[in-house]
Amino acid sequence: METAEVARRSETTRVAHGTKKRNMRKAVTIGLFTAPALIVYLVYVIYPILSTLGYSFYSWDGTNDKTFIGLDNYVQLFNDAVFWTSLTNNAWVVLTSVFVQIPLGMIMALMLFAPIRGIRLFSSVYFLPFLMSTVAIGLLWVYMFDPINGIINQIVNLLGFENVAWLSDENTSLIAILLVVVWQFSPFYMILFKAAMVGIGEELYESAQIDGANSWQKFFHITLPLLMPTIVSSSILAIVGSLKAFDIFYIMTGGGPNHATELMGTYMFKQAFINFNMGYASAIAFLMFLIALVVTVLIQIVDYNRKKKGAF
Amino acid sequence: MVQLLRKMPLYLIGLLLLVFTGYPFVYMISTSLKDQSTFFERPFAIFTSIEWGNYADVFQMGLTRYFLNSILVSVVAVVAVMLIAALASYPLSRMNFKFNRGLFLLFISGMMLPIHATLIPIFKLSQNMGLYDSLLALLGPYIAFSLPISIFILTQFMQEIPKSLEEAAKIDGCSHFGIFWRIILPILTPALMTVFIYNFIHLWNEFIFALVLVSSPENMTLPLGLQDFYGEFSVNVPGLMAALTLASLPMLVVYLFSQEKVVKGLTGGAVKG
Repeated sequence: METAEVARRSETTRVAHGTKKRNMRKAVTIGLFTAPALIVYLVYVIYPILSTLGYSFYSWDGTNDKTFIGLDNYVQLFNDAVFWTSLTNNAWVVLTSVFVQIPLGMIMALMLFAPIRGIRLFSSVYFLPFLMSTVAIGLLWVYMFDPINGIINQIVNLLGFENVAWLSDENTSLIAILLVVVWQFSPFYMILFKAAMVGIGEELYESAQIDGANSWQKFFHITLPLLMPTIVSSSILAIVGSLKAFDIFYIMTGGGPNHATELMGTYMFKQAFINFNMGYASAIAFLMFLIALVVTVLIQIVDYNRKKKGAF
Repeated sequence: MVQLLRKMPLYLIGLLLLVFTGYPFVYMISTSLKDQSTFFERPFAIFTSIEWGNYADVFQMGLTRYFLNSILVSVVAVVAVMLIAALASYPLSRMNFKFNRGLFLLFISGMMLPIHATLIPIFKLSQNMGLYDSLLALLGPYIAFSLPISIFILTQFMQEIPKSLEEAAKIDGCSHFGIFWRIILPILTPALMTVFIYNFIHLWNEFIFALVLVSSPENMTLPLGLQDFYGEFSVNVPGLMAALTLASLPMLVVYLFSQEKVVKGLTGGAVKG
């Protein structure tokens, strides 16, 4: 009996040993597969974000010694009118994206299904802006907005108004750039909506037809509800993307005139690489990160609740 | 006739959108074919005479170099991303372990990350590593910031692959690497194409890392080179328009030849999200 007990014990340890060894091997395998991605990600994403947080507590020109100043950069930031302007401008980009680009994208996608001639050609052209290089778009539109030679003013004249100095006038520069942003990104939402619309079953429309529904009723009772998931994911993309906006603004106005088109991104860039206030710029950059984080978490919560309620 | 009248609003909207989206291209291309004096006299005429000289000038000003740099850095980064992301996606999508979900979230959370939050440290890092002002400096951030969306697309695709394929291979004595290399990767080809197109378009356009990490003209990528052109030759509008046209051409050509794939690549990360 004693030997049987011993044998049983050694059997359990053997099995335990076996699982342990297998677990080790599994851990090594997982480690090997994920190591390259993890290393690159740690070096170029995680470590930089933590450093940015660290730098934001210093006064630092980027080359000489840092001086620890605690939360001073953040205090200064909250009293910095330019930062508030840039935050407001970012909010305008978000609003334009959600309430102009997405609806326009949807209209463009609806047009692709319109029963009119030549729509295939139309749709190819509609998509072109999204394929053009962002820097090229910025430069092209700078010339289209030119106060003297620009096509936009030509149209303005045709309508009987005076020339407008679109990009150098504080009252119009933001509107002008937002128009370009709409031009560039609406086609992207168009293809998202198009993909969703293709998935809607034809039989739904046919039965609505039999019930005597007109086009508007079909749109509001069939198309729109079924597009809800796409509207939500488009909005997430639009909001998160708008917080990161930089290229077009930097190219077209550099944030001017008098900060009228300043974004958090352009302001951060200027503070860091033109004024060499690396500490202050880090504080702006870290706030951008926090805002993006909070917005993403909020969207996830809202989306989760919406799904829980049984909506699409 | 009644039919046509009823469709009038549709035609009107269609044409309006056509002009809005298409006219800037007409303006760009027609201006690029004008000589300077014609441009100033008749900026809106679509065709007067065709002047190919602007394109020759642009090549003489060094556009070829920017093109080559852009192609080199985008292709190397995207190929590296495809491999690294596929490797990481394998255990993330097909193995159970403690930190699986957490690791996945860590990777894909990079999608919402503002690049600015990493800009200064990466700038310092490239200086410390002696890579500042070289194409190599761009590779690290380009790969790292392409990982989130790539891992997102690839894990979703890998989850769909039937487990039985793997089990059969395991019985035949195939290791995890063997399974990955011989079974998963070949099946993954369409998803890898999506990843390639999506990232290539983004990196081809990437501007801010290039702006911060590269300073000499011989190392500039195309977006940076265009901006440089603009600074130096802002008076020569037709020349600049020729450069813009050339810079936009590759994407348009790729799109013309593989419309379906491009659209799928672009929506790949978004539709399911």
